[in-house]
Amino acid sequence: MDFDLSEDQRLLQDSLSKLLKDKYGFEQRKGYMASETGWSREVWAAYAELGLLGMPFAEEDGGLGYGAVETMIVTEQMGRSLTLEPFMSTVVMGGGFLRHGATAEQRAAMVPEIAAGTLLLAFAHTEPQSRFDLHDVATTAKKDGAGWVIDGRKGVVVHGDTADRLIVTARISGARRDRDGIGVFLVPADAQGVTRRGFGTADGQRAADITFDGVKVGAEALLTGSGGGIALVERVADETIAAMAAEAVGCMEAAKDLTVDYLKTRKQFGRPIGSFQALQHRAAEMMVCLEQARSMAMLAAMMASEPDAAERRRQMRAVKVEVGRNARFVGQQTVQMHGGIAMTMEYAGGHYLKRLTVIENMFGDMDHHLAALSEEGGVFLAA
Amino acid sequence: MDLRFTDEERAFREEVRAWIDANLPADTRERMASGRTPTKAMQVDWQRRLYDKGWAVPHWPVEWGGQPWSAIKRFILSEEIQSTPAPSPLGFNCNMLGPVLVAFGTEEQKKHFLPKLASLDLWFCQGFSEPGAGSDLASLKCAAKRDGDHYIVNGQKTWTTLAQHADWIFLLVRTDPGAAKQQEGISFLLVDMKTPGITVRPIITIDGAHEVNEVFFDDVKVPVANLVGTENRGWDCAKFLLSNERTGQARVGASKERIRRLKLIAKEAPGGARPVMEDPRFRSRLTDVEVQLKALEMTTLRVLADENRQLSRGKPNPASSVLKIRGTELQQAISELYVMAAGPYGLAAPNDPEADGRNEPDIAQDWQTLAQATYFNWRKQSIYGGSTEIQKNIMAKAFLGL
Repeated sequence: MDFDLSEDQRLLQDSLSKLLKDKYGFEQRKGYMASETGWSREVWAAYAELGLLGMPFAEEDGGLGYGAVETMIVTEQMGRSLTLEPFMSTVVMGGGFLRHGATAEQRAAMVPEIAAGTLLLAFAHTEPQSRFDLHDVATTAKKDGAGWVIDGRKGVVVHGDTADRLIVTARISGARRDRDGIGVFLVPADAQGVTRRGFGTADGQRAADITFDGVKVGAEALLTGSGGGIALVERVADETIAAMAAEAVGCMEAAKDLTVDYLKTRKQFGRPIGSFQALQHRAAEMMVCLEQARSMAMLAAMMASEPDAAERRRQMRAVKVEVGRNARFVGQQTVQMHGGIAMTMEYAGGHYLKRLTVIENMFGDMDHHLAALSEEGGVFLAA
Repeated sequence: MDLRFTDEERAFREEVRAWIDANLPADTRERMASGRTPTKAMQVDWQRRLYDKGWAVPHWPVEWGGQPWSAIKRFILSEEIQSTPAPSPLGFNCNMLGPVLVAFGTEEQKKHFLPKLASLDLWFCQGFSEPGAGSDLASLKCAAKRDGDHYIVNGQKTWTTLAQHADWIFLLVRTDPGAAKQQEGISFLLVDMKTPGITVRPIITIDGAHEVNEVFFDDVKVPVANLVGTENRGWDCAKFLLSNERTGQARVGASKERIRRLKLIAKEAPGGARPVMEDPRFRSRLTDVEVQLKALEMTTLRVLADENRQLSRGKPNPASSVLKIRGTELQQAISELYVMAAGPYGLAAPNDPEADGRNEPDIAQDWQTLAQATYFNWRKQSIYGGSTEIQKNIMAKAFLGL
């Protein structure tokens, strides 16, 4: 058992931390947010240069062959700076579908482009009725000669407005909530019949509502992977949960640091407010929450590659619940202990709460996973 | 980063499990499994077996009976003991006094006491708290005056756990009432409980158990040779002792065992009732506690794996403070779940001959009547060893610079 980072991993952490210090001050971030895409192409190019965009892909596909620990390192740093770029959509989710579901030819065609920063992906899955159930898919894919015709509507497709290709779940057979019969399709975002309506999300990122109206794709658009569509979706969802757990830890640590600094400098009643025990104890509790979340992010990085899918799912549910709980406390207390200043758009504190809240509600909220986990026998199964 | 146990560590776990199975006496196993604490005889017998095996004090230096093991290997042993469940080696001897003697004791003290602490030939209790010195421990008043080759001790200690079993007591006493800072006039003494002038009076706690005591000292003569460390520097020993306590207090292995047992119990249908496990609200609460326990398990392992670096850094891992706070919260939360699972039959007080022993044994099942007693008793956990509030004071100061 070893919790240490390797020399290479430390180097990765340091170089990204340096890049973000340089390019992702709070004022710079505001500028990116106000731009047309809602994020920075320049920063994206810098990620490509650093090798971050090809990170999880195998070397023979044109990637670096890194694993979940490296993803954890990277998304944690991104969380600290509240970055806006489509890393989660393109590299973590898109990358996951390509690694586990695409053919060697598809990977050979797409991975070098992703790594170079010229190809963006987004995962179009959530539907108006599906809430957090990954198997609830009403969008249909019907056989059309050798290919497929896709019809349906996907909502809250994160970075779906700027993506070049969409990874779309659609029902090939069975009833709306069947686990079997779900296909995962690779669809060009500019295909005939695709209509995108972009919008801003609560945390200042971008997403899209996307309709598919008789969208024709070839046979090769259906990603296969092992275990059928839902298994592929769950595998990528779990890898994303792991990456977002680390991002949440980055947000929480930065928010805690910001808050503790403020407690030391803000004076009321003639002394720093950090001298008051009521606030000291809450700051200490924030630290407890941060460390518990960090432990779970590490667990998630380890479990992301667990071959037993049921075991992996159960542990990721635990990660989601525990990170969500602690993220909510840290986010809320960041605002509370700052007071009015963190209620404003001009100050970073409130933005951490916003991002943490979005993370908490992506890929299932705490209640969703707690209910499912308790159905599945809990964390510690009887031996 | 690799968070899997190695093959060697896994094999060691199997070895420990098999050895405990072969060596834990049936009556001890049964009593522990029912959720009770071991009797004195059970504790002594079991610790002797661990000692003979070389497993009572693996964290001590090898020359004093320790093992050259990694922190993870030690964790595996203690987790297996807790999850059997079998009695853990007596904390006062093995985790508190032993390391203090190793660090501060004279060669004679080490030679005389350390083997007896490890084997439990001598049972020590802890004389720190006083009626007027709880969280503010350094304000203690119990006085020791030098008189030739002896100290004369006068005063009172309280909350003295299992003093009724103890052969000896380690004491914090005030040796210099005039010191500039109250921490500076304190000394650390070892006292034979049979010395004339010592009176032990039981305190019965809200669960009906006799676990803690008041101990009175009336002109008690203690040889100067029983001073540990330097006179008036006893606070150093006390701080060292308290900072050693933290990882142990998470007791993840014990909590996992309690949850495993609760899951079995909650599937039963006493008197034809619907098993409480079928109530989604109960199940959800239980799962929520499991989730937190999983996080605590990971945090515990992080702290242990970091132990060697902590020594060179001279500063504990910030994650270590989490262990006492969350560890005790979770043990308490589990005790609440038992009360919920017990339902109305949990209202019957336990039939424990060592407590008041008035109830007939068949009023309810053992686990039902013990549920509330344990719940009441375990409220102590967030109070002793530095209350949750004191832990947070320490964190705010040491880690956050507030």
